Amino acid sequence: MDEDILDDEPYTGLSQDQRAELGLGALVCGVVIVLLAMLVFILVEAWPSFAHNGAHWFGAGGDVDTQIQAIFTSGDFDQAPQLLIHAWPLIWSTILTTCAAVVIAFVCSLFVAVFMVEFAPEPIKRILEPVVRLLASVPSVIYGLVGVLVLVPFIGNHLITQHQKASVTPVIQLSGSSLLAAVVILTVMIAPIMIAIFAEGLRSVPRGWLEGSLALGVNRWRTFWNIAVRTARPALIAGTVLATARALGESVMLSMVSGSVGWAPNPADGLIFWFEPSRGLAPTILHNTDELTSPPMKHTLFAIAAVLLFSSAMLSLIGWGAKQPMKRYFNVGGAGA
Amino acid sequence: MSGALASPPAAPPPGDAPSPARRSAADSSASWRLTDRLGLAFAWFLGLLFCAITAAIVIFLALQGIRYLHPDLIWTNPQVGFNQSETGGFLAELIGTALVAGIAIAIAGPVGVGVAVWLSEYARPAGLARVVESSVEMLAGAPSVVLALFGILVFERKALGFLSETNGGVVFGKSFFAAGAMLSLVALPLVVTTVREGLQAIPNHVREASYAVGKTKRATIRRVLLPAARPSVITGHMLGIGHVIGDTAIIVLLLGDTQSLQGVGHIPLLGFLQGTGSTLTSYVFDNAPTGDLNQPNKAYAAAFMLLLLVLALNVMVDIFGRRSKELLWT
Repeated sequence: MDEDILDDEPYTGLSQDQRAELGLGALVCGVVIVLLAMLVFILVEAWPSFAHNGAHWFGAGGDVDTQIQAIFTSGDFDQAPQLLIHAWPLIWSTILTTCAAVVIAFVCSLFVAVFMVEFAPEPIKRILEPVVRLLASVPSVIYGLVGVLVLVPFIGNHLITQHQKASVTPVIQLSGSSLLAAVVILTVMIAPIMIAIFAEGLRSVPRGWLEGSLALGVNRWRTFWNIAVRTARPALIAGTVLATARALGESVMLSMVSGSVGWAPNPADGLIFWFEPSRGLAPTILHNTDELTSPPMKHTLFAIAAVLLFSSAMLSLIGWGAKQPMKRYFNVGGAGA
Repeated sequence: MSGALASPPAAPPPGDAPSPARRSAADSSASWRLTDRLGLAFAWFLGLLFCAITAAIVIFLALQGIRYLHPDLIWTNPQVGFNQSETGGFLAELIGTALVAGIAIAIAGPVGVGVAVWLSEYARPAGLARVVESSVEMLAGAPSVVLALFGILVFERKALGFLSETNGGVVFGKSFFAAGAMLSLVALPLVVTTVREGLQAIPNHVREASYAVGKTKRATIRRVLLPAARPSVITGHMLGIGHVIGDTAIIVLLLGDTQSLQGVGHIPLLGFLQGTGSTLTSYVFDNAPTGDLNQPNKAYAAAFMLLLLVLALNVMVDIFGRRSKELLWT
């Protein structure tokens, strides 16, 4: 390899190697300890909020914004600390935006990835690949900016009718910052991540398997759909998990486009439901960061952070569990996170 | 038959030379079942729609960016003013972005390479390896707001007071050090995954050849494996930087989000690093209509600048990625 084939470190036994291994091992343990410390710190800080509210923390009841305001002001003066919060509107908003965006993005990304890997003409293919990677790395604040300056006014001025606005005025204001805007922008944001990972998985399917199917007279679409897409299932799971984690933890973009009202959009309202504003868990943290000085507020925000962290941990656990039964049969396309 | 499927560049060649595309009647979709043809049409539709959306976003941002991004914006600091022509540019934000990215990657780079080497070359005991793997995966999935909150807890400790401004015993906890350290956690999983993939792509006979000439494992890693994996090391760093400069939540919470660089104390560089500032992302966030400043033109200009930075990083990743593919051992 190098000019010095006989290295400056002659083979003198294991001690030096052992030292290197121990050093790296210590580094690795350090990383694990940082993560554990994060878990412990956040849980300890969040505990008072959970302990005070119990299971009702996750339930509905009252206006969550008033509760948060009460929590904040109770940190001042010598008041008794208030910790009462029923965070269901925030949780519901996160669930709605994340699920809707992930489902739409999954279907679209799968088809786009199939198109990109197999059916696109060579020139389109050559453009698409770097573009997907670029889009996957565009900062979320840029998507948020485009959303708040283009999509939100568009929805507010053209999609929502005056009649609809008037019908809900006593309860809530429809300005365009809405569930629809949040879902659209979030979908555009996470789709490139999915496409990149799906495409990588589809590409690593052995060509021989596809050719075997083609040789039997199965057409190209069916071959690719039945064999490549199935073989790439681990990659599909990995991509979905990664994108869901991104959607779940997205705070900046959502705080810009989804409106900042602690309101639970109700599907029973019909179509207008898509135009209702809401605020998810992560944007709530960002929204209230200036209020961390109030101890009860701090506990509440850390409780929200704990919920987010727990969900993202569960998510990777589910992804890992879903990949296990497939690992036995094939080991291709496992493009990891 | 291999001509029927246009073989993509990343797939291993099946062995026989790919024949020029031969389009037979069976190959055209006219004879397919309706569902298959619908699927194909849907794939084409979504693929082209994706291209169109991408083009719309990029062209829109480029147009707005060219309209509002003047060179003097890059060379002037933000100022207090009444309208958008008086509020200066974002030099401080550019410097802030560079500082934060530098600190974050200075921590995440060496640590990430170390973790990747350990995972790929040692990984004993197996239990610890599994724990480390899932830790890295969990870090990759952890929302950055949560990391930011953790950072606030950590850097408000008295023991770490030297990393930020201290005022009468109260540690402010917001500084370039704090933000950089937390952002390194954002970059770490990317560095680890990329470097590890690069190391695992090196076939075992290379390692064995190195042992055979009497190199120790440590020397093998340092002299053979890491140089061979250099393109993926660089790619990992670039990806890490890309994520770091794109992060907003940690900046808003941990960098203090002040318009200009506000140093602490008298030591020139260290003072800045202990002080607060902002980056392009937080500048965009504050200047959006939902932010505190609401100057959309400035926000567009800064967003375009940010997009150019990300694009430059992507091009570099592409170049090094191609080089790492050329290096593939056969």
